[in-house]
Amino acid sequence: MPEMIDIQDIQFYYKNDMEETTLALKDITITVEPGEFIVIIGHNGSGKSTLAKHMNALLLPTKGEVFVKGFNTKDEAHVWDIRQNAGMVFQNPDNQLVATIVEEDVAFGPENLGVPPVEIRKRVDEALNVVDMSEYRDKAPHLLSGGQKQRIAIAGIIAMRPNCIIFDEPTAMLDPSGRREVIRTIKKLNKEENITIVHITHFMEEAVNADRVIVMGDGQIVLEGKPKEVFSKVEQLKELGLDVPQMTDLTNELIKEGIDLPQDILTVDEMVMELCQLK
Amino acid sequence: MFKDITIGQYYPTGSYVHELDPRTKILATLALIVGLFIINTFVPYIYIVAFILGVVYVSKVPLGYVLKGLKPLRVLILFTFIINVFMSQGDIIWSIGPLNATREGIYKALFMAIRLILLVVGTSILTLTTSPISLTDGIEQLLNPMKKIGVPAHELAMMMTIALRFIPTLLEETEKIMKAQMARGADFESGNVISRAKGLVPLLVPLFISAFRRADELAMAMEARCYRGGENRTKMKELKMDRGDTIALATTALLLVILVVHRTVL
Amino acid sequence: MSIKIENLTYVYNPGSPFETKALEDINIEIESGEFIGLIGHTGSGKSTLIQHLNGLIKPTSGKIVINGIDITEKTVKLSDIRRKVGLVFQYPEHQLFEETVYKDIAFGPQNLGLSETEIDQRVREAMELVKLPFDELRDRSPFELSGGQKRRVAIAGVFAMKPEVLVLDEPTSGLDPRTRDEVLDEIKTLHDRYKNTVILVSHSMEDVAKLVDRVIVMHNGKVIFSGTPREVFKETETLESIGLGVPQISYLVKALKKKNINLREDIFTVEEAKEEILKWIRSNKNV
Repeated sequence: MPEMIDIQDIQFYYKNDMEETTLALKDITITVEPGEFIVIIGHNGSGKSTLAKHMNALLLPTKGEVFVKGFNTKDEAHVWDIRQNAGMVFQNPDNQLVATIVEEDVAFGPENLGVPPVEIRKRVDEALNVVDMSEYRDKAPHLLSGGQKQRIAIAGIIAMRPNCIIFDEPTAMLDPSGRREVIRTIKKLNKEENITIVHITHFMEEAVNADRVIVMGDGQIVLEGKPKEVFSKVEQLKELGLDVPQMTDLTNELIKEGIDLPQDILTVDEMVMELCQLK
Repeated sequence: MFKDITIGQYYPTGSYVHELDPRTKILATLALIVGLFIINTFVPYIYIVAFILGVVYVSKVPLGYVLKGLKPLRVLILFTFIINVFMSQGDIIWSIGPLNATREGIYKALFMAIRLILLVVGTSILTLTTSPISLTDGIEQLLNPMKKIGVPAHELAMMMTIALRFIPTLLEETEKIMKAQMARGADFESGNVISRAKGLVPLLVPLFISAFRRADELAMAMEARCYRGGENRTKMKELKMDRGDTIALATTALLLVILVVHRTVL
Repeated sequence: MSIKIENLTYVYNPGSPFETKALEDINIEIESGEFIGLIGHTGSGKSTLIQHLNGLIKPTSGKIVINGIDITEKTVKLSDIRRKVGLVFQYPEHQLFEETVYKDIAFGPQNLGLSETEIDQRVREAMELVKLPFDELRDRSPFELSGGQKRRVAIAGVFAMKPEVLVLDEPTSGLDPRTRDEVLDEIKTLHDRYKNTVILVSHSMEDVAKLVDRVIVMHNGKVIFSGTPREVFKETETLESIGLGVPQISYLVKALKKKNINLREDIFTVEEAKEEILKWIRSNKNV
C-alpha cells in the first residue's frame, strides 16, 4: 500500500490585499503512512493550517507536489477522490454544520457522494455511534455544546468512509471537557477504526500519544521525531513559543542542576518512578 | 434567551396532517388560496370554513393557537373592512361627514374581511403542521421539474436550509455583540430615528463581518465534504407520497371542484 | 472599588417549563484592588455572574453593592455602572467595527463623553499597555491585523475606559501559548499600574495561579470555595470531581507523598517543584 499522504518538497506563497507575497511554507517534505497518528505542532502563523489545507487539495502548492493515496492534488479530475479519502475537520465547530438536524448534517457528505439512501442511513447511524452522539440524532445543532458539535462534524466525515482524517486545530475553540471529548474520539478513530490521523494543534499535551510529532516554525519543519524525542528539546520548543508539559519542563530544569534523570519524562507517573529510583 | 426561539410557528403534534408529505400540504394550501379567490358569494365560505375546521381538528393543534396568528393582523383586517364600507358605490345607509357607508359596501367589506381571515388561517395551518426544513424539501421537490427551464431548485433549497440553520446562531451572536458594545457604553435604546440608526453600526458591522467569515468557512467545509452542487446528489430522507397523501389531495381537489362549480353554475 | 454580592440568585425563564437556576445564593466580597480568579466548569454560572456586575443582567433576588451603591436599585443609571465596571467578553475581537484601530479603541472613551485630548491620551496609553505600536497601527484597519493583534485591540478598547473594576471573561481563549503568556502579562501590568480590581474568569488553573491574589471556585451556580491559589490547588480531588484540572505539579506532589517523598503541599509551579525536589535530594544525601 502506498503512502497515505506524500508531500514532496513544497513551497507555498500567498498574496495579501496589498499585493505583498508571503512565503507561508518552505521546503516541506512529509510522508504519512497508513494507520499513523501524526501530530503537527506550531505557534499561530507557523504555517500548520496552510499545510493542512494542502492535504485535501483546498490549497495547491506553488512549488512541489502533494499526493494523496497516489492522486496528485493538482489533478482536477481526482479532487473529489482525494477529498473523500482525506476528510477534514476544522477549528470552528459552528461553521462546519450545514443542516438543521444533526443526523441530516452527518448525511451531507454521503449525499454529496451519491450514496444510495438506505446505505446513507446505515452510515449515519454507525458514525453517530462511533462518536457517542446517537441520542442527539434529531436535535438542532445550535443547541449542542462546542465539544458535541465537533463530534458531529467528525461523524459527518466518518460517514464518508475516509482512510485518513486531518484535524485542523479541532480543540482550539473548546473548553477543557470539550477538548477531552474530541481527543478521546480522535484516539478511538486511530486505534479502533484504523484511520490515519493528522492532528494539527498548538497544545503540546495533545501530542503525547502520537506516533510521530512534527514541529513547525515560520513555515518550515524545525523538529521531527517520536514524542519523547521532540519533547525533550525543551529549550528549543520554548523558543518556538510552545508550551511543554510541566513534567518535561521540570525534568529539563533538574537535569540542568546536575540531577541524573532521563531526558524524556512526559508524565507524572514516569517522574515519580524516576525520582524513587534516585533514592 | 434567543436559543429558545422556534422558527416559523411549527407546532408538532405528530398528527396525520403533520405526517403528510410537505408537497401535499403546499399544493393543498395553493388550492385553498386559488379557491378563496375564485368564489364571489358568501355561501361557499361555509365549505371552506368546514374544510379548515376539519383540518384543524385532525391536526390536533388547538384552534385558539391557530387563531392567534390573526392577532398581528387585526389592524389590517379592520382597515380593509373600513375602506370597503366607505369606498363602495350603492345605497347609502349611513353618513359621517363626507364618508358614505353603503349596503353594498358592508357586504363587500364582510366578504373581503372573511377572505383575508381565511387566507391567513389557511396558510398558518401549513406552517403549524410542517417544519421549516420539511417545507424546504417540499419546495425543492416541487421546483425540481423547473430545473429544465433554469430554476435553480437545489441551490435555492440549500440556501434556505443554511439560512434556517444559522438563524439561531446569528441571533445568539447579535446578542453577544450587543452586550459587548453596551459594556463599552454603546446605547441602542435612546435617541431619535437617525441617531439610533447610527448607533446600530457597532452592531451591524461586526455581525456582517462575522457572517461573511462564517460563509467562507462553511463553504470550505462543504467542499471538503465533496459538495459540488445538486448534480448526482442523493438524499437520505426521500419524500414519498402514500395513501394518506392521495386522500388529502383528493379531498382538496373535491373542495376546489365544488367551489368552481359554485362560481360557474350557481 | 469594593464589591459585595449578597445572596444573589438568578433564574432563567422563571415560571416556564425551561426554568433554570443559573446562580444560587451567591455571597462574595471583593476588596478594592484585589486580583481575583473566577474558576468553574462551563455551565457553572461564571459568565452569568459577571454580567450582573455591569448591569447587563439583573438578579432575580439578592443585592450587588459596588463601592457602597446598590446597583440593583431601580434608580441607578446603567451608564454610570458601565463607567466603573468594564467587561471584556470572550473572543472580544468579534466586537471590532471601526475603520481604524484608533477609532475602535476610542469608541469606549467617546461614549464616556471625554474630550478629544483625553481620548487621545487614553488610546495611546491603552495601546502601550497591550504592546501595540501606536504610530504604526493607529490608522490601520483592525480587520487587517493578525488574530493576536485583534485580540489586543479589543482588550485595549476596554482598558481605555479605565474602569475601576475590570472583568475579563477567558481573555486567552484560542490564543497560542506565547500570545497567551503575553496577554496575561499585559493584564498583570495594568493591575500593577492602576491598582484597580481585576476579575479574571478562566478554566485554566495555571493561567490564574500565577497572577491572582485569590481564587473563587464555582460549580452548578454556587460558590464552592475560595482562597489563595495555594489553598485552592491543594484540593485536587474536589477540583477534579467538578471537572476542573489542576497543574501537573500538584498531582506530582500527591503521588510523591504516597511514596513517602514529602514535598511542600502547596506548590504548583515548575520553579517551586525544582527547588523542593533539590532540597529533598540534598537532605537525602545527608542521611
